[in-house]
Amino acid sequence: MRWLLVKDLQILRRSPLLVALLVLYPIVLAVLIGFALSRGPDKPRVAVLNQVPESGNVISLGGEEIDASKYSKQLFEAVDPVRVSSRQEALEKVRDGEVLAALIVPSDLTAKLQSAVEPGTVEVFYNAEDPVKRQYVENTIEAQVRDANVALSRKFTEVAVSYIDLIVSGGDFSFLGRELDILGLIKSEALLRLAQENLPQTSVARAQVEEVIRFARLARENLDLSDDVLGSVGEPIRVKATVIEGGSTPLSSFAAAVAVTVTLMFVTLLLASGMLALEREENAFRRLVRGLVSRTALLGEKVGLAAACSAVLALVMLIGLALFIELEWSRLPLWVAGIVAGALAFGAMGVAIGAVTREVRAASLLAFMVSLPIAFLALVPSGSVSEGLYDVTRALSALFPFRPTLDAMDAALNDSGSMLGPLLHLLALTLGFGLIGRLAIRRLG
Amino acid sequence: MSRPLTASEPLVAARAEPVLEVVDVVKRYGRREALRGVSLTASRGERVAVIGPNGAGKTTLLSILAGDQKPDEGRISRSPSEIGWVPQQSALYGKLTVAENLRLFARLERRPDVQATVERMLDQTDLRDRAGDQVGQLSGGNRQRVNIAIGLLSAPAVLLLDEPSAALDPRQRQRLWEFIAGLADEGTTVIFSTHNVQEAERHAHQLVVLADGERLFGGSPAELEAAVGASGDFEAAFVSFLHDRGH
Repeated sequence: MRWLLVKDLQILRRSPLLVALLVLYPIVLAVLIGFALSRGPDKPRVAVLNQVPESGNVISLGGEEIDASKYSKQLFEAVDPVRVSSRQEALEKVRDGEVLAALIVPSDLTAKLQSAVEPGTVEVFYNAEDPVKRQYVENTIEAQVRDANVALSRKFTEVAVSYIDLIVSGGDFSFLGRELDILGLIKSEALLRLAQENLPQTSVARAQVEEVIRFARLARENLDLSDDVLGSVGEPIRVKATVIEGGSTPLSSFAAAVAVTVTLMFVTLLLASGMLALEREENAFRRLVRGLVSRTALLGEKVGLAAACSAVLALVMLIGLALFIELEWSRLPLWVAGIVAGALAFGAMGVAIGAVTREVRAASLLAFMVSLPIAFLALVPSGSVSEGLYDVTRALSALFPFRPTLDAMDAALNDSGSMLGPLLHLLALTLGFGLIGRLAIRRLG
Repeated sequence: MSRPLTASEPLVAARAEPVLEVVDVVKRYGRREALRGVSLTASRGERVAVIGPNGAGKTTLLSILAGDQKPDEGRISRSPSEIGWVPQQSALYGKLTVAENLRLFARLERRPDVQATVERMLDQTDLRDRAGDQVGQLSGGNRQRVNIAIGLLSAPAVLLLDEPSAALDPRQRQRLWEFIAGLADEGTTVIFSTHNVQEAERHAHQLVVLADGERLFGGSPAELEAAVGASGDFEAAFVSFLHDRGH
């Protein structure tokens, strides 16, 4: 088998165009898939629980009434809302993958906005099994909350300005049902000046002084209030995000896992299927299996060759990516484990493809045609399709190495979960596809 | 090594020891019988041509002798591992050089001295000058020589060639038959299939005629000539011979 490996490496060395394509193509494709992933679906499905009573939708600020439901309608237009009746139902839908997130608007939101003292908080629960999905929903909800905040901030600013104007110029002010006549700093100055001129050493204008004292107190309180208002101007509504399913993988690290998986898939599938088909295209297969090499050893050599080449490429690619994104070098052994397990599974799948084709072009075409659908199937986000269809895509994805390789790489790079499950899954797929390849080559070879 | 060929020459008696015996071989594909009790005996240094029309069972017989397929019935005196095999289409790696191909297969054959084996084959095939050329750049005739050389790496007593001259021009064919004759002269038994009756008559000591999986004739070219009653056009007489026997 060693000599077959040497022979295959000699053939690859003399096919520089093929090798260049094998290296560049998956990298270009990985970048394209990365771009496509970052766009996300048009409207994410989001469970919405609005606990604000119908009567509480109107906020009165600075004597002007604002309909808060206008902003919730804008949010609902940006997502595909799924109305739920309880907090528990919302969380269950997130856990089941039926929706990408749950948005809970508390009943006291408008009251807090009305008070203009404490920001209101909405709660968002994410399903973070796929960081791409999480990022997308997060962006959508935050964009809508940001729009609402801008509108409310504008209103709060007007209120703050009116308070300051009141302090400066004076006027009428209603507080806790009482009508107050605010003197204002301008009048205060005049009164103080007058008091200063006219006031004898023994106090004869105590009432005027008392008025000034009252103004000073009210001015202080008004300024305090203005401080609170101004504090709320930046962010009247806050978002409290909670992950209730999956890890907390950064999108860039997840993209690295996807890129490595795509690279492994293309290089290994094309190489394993192509090199096996080459044995038949060159008519050498029958000569080899006439006692020189067993069929199993021949398949093993192709799996090993393709897996070794793609694993080296994937590792180099990952090390290159690590220069631009933050990856934990201490997890290098886990990277290698994920890469090797994925490469072997793809290699076994590659020889299964190579075993049913008679020439390199047919093998390459078949490998290519199979690759893209399994990659896209594995990347279908939960909540973007119906629950039944999503279950079907998950079941189909489990039959091919892409999803478990992605899970293994995600776990290796980002500590998003245990690697044991994906590694065992890949081992089973390696054996399964190896068996299919062995049977096919016996029947067709 | 190469020498001009004459018409089929009788084997020297001392060489006429049988090295391969095929007895009543039957091969079925479902209900169809591809070979029906075919027998032949080949001696050391003998050139045996298996001839017949398309679908006669020539390739099936050779592939059974090569170990590619197993017979349903019958007996073969040698195991496939003792028989060299040269498929119709060259089984070589086009991106490797002549020497690299020979070296690879010599290693896979576990030859004790790989380099000496490669050198011997380069001499035997008269391809020393092309040793460093990639096989994909060789002519059809030279490729076929390398193909045969690989079949000979293990120095088998019997060499099978499946339609060895099929894709060659007349000059390449002539060189090929000279090469095969040289092998036989050195003691290798050569069994080849062909549908070119005249070529078989010219280059074989023994002819085995198959039609529809049945052996119709076995003997020397002279005996076949006598059997078909050829006075001028041997090929036409042969076709008539087959026709008279219902084929």
